[in-house]
Amino acid sequence: MTNRKLSRRDALRAGALGTVGLAAGAGGLSLPALGQGPAAQDTTRGSHHDMMTVGQLAPGSFDPTGFLARFDAGEVSRLSSGQVLREYELVAEDREIEVAPGVFYPAWTYNGQVPGPTIRCTEGDRLRIRFTNKGRHAHSIHFHGIHPANMDGAFEPVHPGRSFVYEFDAEPFGLHLYHCHTVPIKRHIHKGLYGAFIVDPREGRPPANEMVMVMNAFDTNFDNENEVYAVNTVAFHYQKHPIRIRRHELNRVYLVNVTEFDLLNSFHIHGNLYRLYRTGTDLQRFEYTDMVALAQGERAILEFTYKHTGPFMFHAHQSEFAELGWTGVFLVQEALHA
Amino acid sequence: MPELGTPPAIGREPAPPLAPVPPRRDGLPLWFTGLGPLVLLAALVLAFLRFGPVGVFRAVFPPVEELTVERIRLPAPGVMEVSVVNGGPEAVTIAQVMVDDANWVHSVDGSRRVERLERRTVRIPYPWVEGEPHTVTVVTNTGLTFSADVAVATQSPPVDARYLGTFALLGIYAGVIPVFIGLLWLPFVRSVDRKWIDFFLSLTLGLLVFLGVDALEEALETSASVAGAYQGTALVVLGLLGTPLVIGAIGEWRARVKGARSPLWVAALIAFGIGLHNLGEGLAIGTSYATGEIALGTFLVVGFLLHNTTEGLGIVTPLAGERPRLPTLVILGAVAGLPTVAGAWIGGFTYSPVWTTIFFAVGAGAIAVVVFELWKLFARRTPAGLLAPLNAAGVLAGMLIMYATGLLVTA
Repeated sequence: MTNRKLSRRDALRAGALGTVGLAAGAGGLSLPALGQGPAAQDTTRGSHHDMMTVGQLAPGSFDPTGFLARFDAGEVSRLSSGQVLREYELVAEDREIEVAPGVFYPAWTYNGQVPGPTIRCTEGDRLRIRFTNKGRHAHSIHFHGIHPANMDGAFEPVHPGRSFVYEFDAEPFGLHLYHCHTVPIKRHIHKGLYGAFIVDPREGRPPANEMVMVMNAFDTNFDNENEVYAVNTVAFHYQKHPIRIRRHELNRVYLVNVTEFDLLNSFHIHGNLYRLYRTGTDLQRFEYTDMVALAQGERAILEFTYKHTGPFMFHAHQSEFAELGWTGVFLVQEALHA
Repeated sequence: MPELGTPPAIGREPAPPLAPVPPRRDGLPLWFTGLGPLVLLAALVLAFLRFGPVGVFRAVFPPVEELTVERIRLPAPGVMEVSVVNGGPEAVTIAQVMVDDANWVHSVDGSRRVERLERRTVRIPYPWVEGEPHTVTVVTNTGLTFSADVAVATQSPPVDARYLGTFALLGIYAGVIPVFIGLLWLPFVRSVDRKWIDFFLSLTLGLLVFLGVDALEEALETSASVAGAYQGTALVVLGLLGTPLVIGAIGEWRARVKGARSPLWVAALIAFGIGLHNLGEGLAIGTSYATGEIALGTFLVVGFLLHNTTEGLGIVTPLAGERPRLPTLVILGAVAGLPTVAGAWIGGFTYSPVWTTIFFAVGAGAIAVVVFELWKLFARRTPAGLLAPLNAAGVLAGMLIMYATGLLVTA
């Protein structure tokens, strides 16, 4: 059961079998017969239904399905200059979250959820994010993008009970992210303080079925290695609850990697390829592929249309991540005919 | 005929009787003074549980969880059975199971909440690979993980009537018969010179020292895998020191009743100590067999046989000056050899590191008693005792024999 040096007892164990053979010969028993258990039945089973967590999340838990297309556009108004002003409220709070059925993780969250709300705006908007720290440690928000140094969230930790207002213009368009930048950064990120930050181009993108997927992972036993991998927190959620999409309909995935501890995470799609717009900052150039690897903090916009109906897996192509929860299914259904 | 085991003069001067002291009467009844502190203690515990700072501890500190994987069986292709015990201070809830870093479906024979000292068996339909290692990890509801390895995956043989029969035969071949062969040296040791009896006795002592150290080492090694609540090291200490106390007290009582320590008593002690040692070995063998860890090695059987034959010699030497009846010899041989069978049976059906630790520790303690008895015997028999050249050579030879046969079994 455990690895250890060969001791005298091990040798005696080994010797014992020899003796069993001796005894068996004398007693009319055959050793091979002893080794036969119930008929070999299912070494070759390998159904994806077996490689799975058991049970369901507790009622009222974070719902990754609902999270996919929930965008926070903020409180919209106009400045005297005519510029659009979007105001957001983000609150850091400590909360225990369920990362796999029955497995609870003491997270640090933005607005009580991991990932935090997806902040969405249009290029050129003025953003005003009121941040309140209700946690027990200092936190901050660091947005990726172009902004003044004092709005960067790196050097101004917000202490428990304090607030801070981040204000800057949204630029450039693309898919960004925000996360806590308080030291130790590794812990502040893997505990759950991150979210997607979408800046739409002024002219917009083609209409599509949009989904936000934040590739994240959880080190539940705090040994600096992840035990649970997922998109949007809950292991195997989209395998147990496939994402229903329509044939011939354009799908757009906003993919962000915040996985801590591992160098890379990846996104592979079955039965299809996607247009890969790295960081979403260019509307023209794309790569046509079915596999992209992203380092921590990297993100990409993926656009694809399914030609066939049926269940198609999507998952990290690091098999280990896939088997520890980062696996989902697109269930492609017949298009609705108008 | 050389004499042996001459009754020592135990005639002790009885201590002068103490003058009877009349019990003091403080006006308090005896039962009150005796039970009073206990009642107070109970009240304190209740008050602490009810009003004490337990709640504070619970709120501030995360639960200390401990789940020990006691064994992993592979009863059939595509099936793993994992036995776990909660040896920690708090209940543990099994949330998920991973095999080789992959989440896997599984079932638990009972509630997923495992109370303190409770056991569960987790059944996993996992397509394990013959001859390769696997790691099983249990994830609790707080996200803590407890892992155990299967060193080399092999189908665990079923434990059934055939298994029982085979191990009875194994015990008889490898445990009992060699001991009896050793017993056949009785006529030989009866007819040699007294100094050569001393030599064989010291040889026995050497064998026993080796076996005792081996048993202690096994006890300590197994104790490391005992669930925390069972306090493995404390079990070793209990067995190692408790056994000599019990055997010593029984011996003292016998000496009072019968007036002497008979050589048969020494022989019985030796048989008892060796029997416990072999019980531990049997447990280990049975467990390895049931978990499929045993590998074939015909050559090693020879070493096993030699080991046990020397054990028989150890039992019979103190009886050189006696005329033990045949049934007595049979009983002695059975006491020393048959526990291998019992151990193998127990180990095959239900292995627990706790019991294995206890048996090895008690065996080590019993052997220590025998070594001490033999030491005293030598002190009475010859002025130089064990340090007479031939005797010292005997002890050394005994240890060397064990070492040499040990080389055979580890080859």
